Amino acid sequence: MTPEELDQIAETEREQQSHFTQRVNVCVAAGCLSCESQSVKDALDKEVEKRGTKGHCQVKGVGCMGLCSEGPLVSTSNGVLYKKVEPGDGAAIIDSLEGSSVSRLVCPTDVPFFQRQRKIVLENSGVIDPDRIEDYIAANGYSALIKALTEMAPREVIDEVTKSGLRGRGGAGYPTGLKWSTVSKSVGTQKYVICNADEGDPGAFMDRSVLESDPHRVLEGMLIAGYAVGASEAYIYVRAEYPLAIKRLRNAIRQAERVGLLGSNICGTRFSFKVDVRLGAGAFVCGEETALIASVEGKRGTPRPRPPYPAMRGLFGEPTLINNVETFANIAPIIRNGGDWYAGIGTEKSKGTKVFALAGRVQNTGLVEVPMGISLREMVYDIGGGIPDGRTFKAVQTGGPSGGCLPTECLDMPVDYESLAKAGSIMGSGGMIVMDESSCMVDVAKYFMDFCMTESCGKCIPCRVGTYQMHRILTAIGNMTATEQDLKMLEELCDLLKHTSLCGLGQSAPNPVVSTLKSFAEEYRAHIQDKKCPAGVCGQPVGETV
Amino acid sequence: MASYVTKPIAPNQDKRWKLVDATIRRQGGQARGLIETLHTVQEAFGYLDEQALRYVAMSLRVPLSRAYGVATFYHFFTLKPAGEHTCVICMGTACYIKGAPQLLDAVQRDLGLAPGETTADKKVSLLTARCLGSCGLAPAVVYDQEVAGKVGPSALCEHLKKWTTQHDA
Repeated sequence: MTPEELDQIAETEREQQSHFTQRVNVCVAAGCLSCESQSVKDALDKEVEKRGTKGHCQVKGVGCMGLCSEGPLVSTSNGVLYKKVEPGDGAAIIDSLEGSSVSRLVCPTDVPFFQRQRKIVLENSGVIDPDRIEDYIAANGYSALIKALTEMAPREVIDEVTKSGLRGRGGAGYPTGLKWSTVSKSVGTQKYVICNADEGDPGAFMDRSVLESDPHRVLEGMLIAGYAVGASEAYIYVRAEYPLAIKRLRNAIRQAERVGLLGSNICGTRFSFKVDVRLGAGAFVCGEETALIASVEGKRGTPRPRPPYPAMRGLFGEPTLINNVETFANIAPIIRNGGDWYAGIGTEKSKGTKVFALAGRVQNTGLVEVPMGISLREMVYDIGGGIPDGRTFKAVQTGGPSGGCLPTECLDMPVDYESLAKAGSIMGSGGMIVMDESSCMVDVAKYFMDFCMTESCGKCIPCRVGTYQMHRILTAIGNMTATEQDLKMLEELCDLLKHTSLCGLGQSAPNPVVSTLKSFAEEYRAHIQDKKCPAGVCGQPVGETV
Repeated sequence: MASYVTKPIAPNQDKRWKLVDATIRRQGGQARGLIETLHTVQEAFGYLDEQALRYVAMSLRVPLSRAYGVATFYHFFTLKPAGEHTCVICMGTACYIKGAPQLLDAVQRDLGLAPGETTADKKVSLLTARCLGSCGLAPAVVYDQEVAGKVGPSALCEHLKKWTTQHDA
């Protein structure tokens, strides 16, 4: 593969696409597929076939369009988005390509949900066919890789990433450029790149969506990273629970190998790179980097003390770069447009955009990408469309089991790494769950503690025993049998776990409790003193949270 | 440098062991391929039993204790066979907020089935998942391999009852 050959592929693909004057894109990502978007696509295909317009009308399966709650979504070349499309609507939609739109299915796109977004990571989602590398290449795909390989030295690539101010999108927010630079300086016989796609936070589905909608984007990011740090082997660690993402990723790797973008001497340079998929097996702790490495090595996913950091001694004892899916997905545009361009978006310390999975008690649920620094209020009320069924907002939970619940007072806070941490939560990987008054905060804290308790790997005592004891106390509070003494013990345990646990799981496990104790203390008091649950959740026969 | 001294013999004539052997070969017969190999076994046989664990452990030359340790550490692996149909209820945060506990209650009440259990006639297994990533469609349920969104308690129980009353010819 030479730069000219890549141009040739792009040219041929664009030329082929220009034959189609009419286009219908159907979302075939997991969200819409579960509302039968495949039969919608089949119906549209059949309709085009029937009319004999196949030469100029294209029906294409594309990635996620974002508004998952209104699926299946279909967009057309005359700029109309249709929601909740059924297979029976096929004829009407094909008709609309030459006439007026089907008003009963139209989903307005001039609303904040679409207008307030800024798409960088998701720019190809819902536009290109994730199963065809040619489509990706025609959308400027792999041009950043070519640019890095042919025009830039590894050091310059790292400088560009550093300049962009990109921080790790897995949640902790470690500066990506710094991490790359450390790995590149480390000495080892074989360096590795690992992509962390073990999206374990309940309530987060950004990585799944990126992998399903634009797998080549992630591969390109990994390739550039490999070139920059001097690695020639890479692994993508994906949850086994994401069969579609795995399928598309494996397909993407095969295609890239076929055209010579993966393999030996890429673009005639000395750079060689191979990527292998590793399946996770359902352990939340494997999102922690040292545990993830153990799992890739075929062992139990238990963390180990750091330092040495994986950048010095990681996979098989060699220097290893670990980044999250979304981090890698940001790389290609940064190299293409320059670090300064990226640094121009977002806030002073949190640059660029962030993808959030907006879910829970909110009108519009789905995937959104917004510039850093947007306020929580804008997220919930403008983009999310507010709380449905005339209920009122109570809290928004970010960061999953390691994050916290932010109350009404925090609504005007900007969404960036520092502000969220200051308010007692974390950015996390991007799950954002909205709750209304029907949720009891003690119950929510118990839910997350139950999660951490079951997911604790058992290696260190503070986490293994501490999460169990905290869960026991929270259950007692929920059953209205707790005393003031228990509450004091709960607070002490929060402090203990935070400071003495081995890895991030245990250290952050108290966060949901700490944040609810801080903002919703009166709810805890009501359970303990008045033996009442204000939301009417506790004490009811609510199913055991397994 | 992993070359077989003596390659263990597959437990029986079942053709599916060929798939397992293929994975072992692809991993170079090395211990690091343990999780990948267990995935293949579970995909082929549906679960991991003792003879499978023994075979994999011997093939990759790891102690049986390590194979068993890995198999029990990860939630995705199961050591007992599932029923004919499986129903997975998502217990992710979004689903939890939107009524997944009520779904569990309903199944418990109507079918007497708790998570991890299989009906006496081996027709239906009930499982829970941490998060399916279908949060936009909460609460989500997986019937066999198909994800269904916005599921209500009565629809869920009806679906499961259809399975239990089905009698294959």
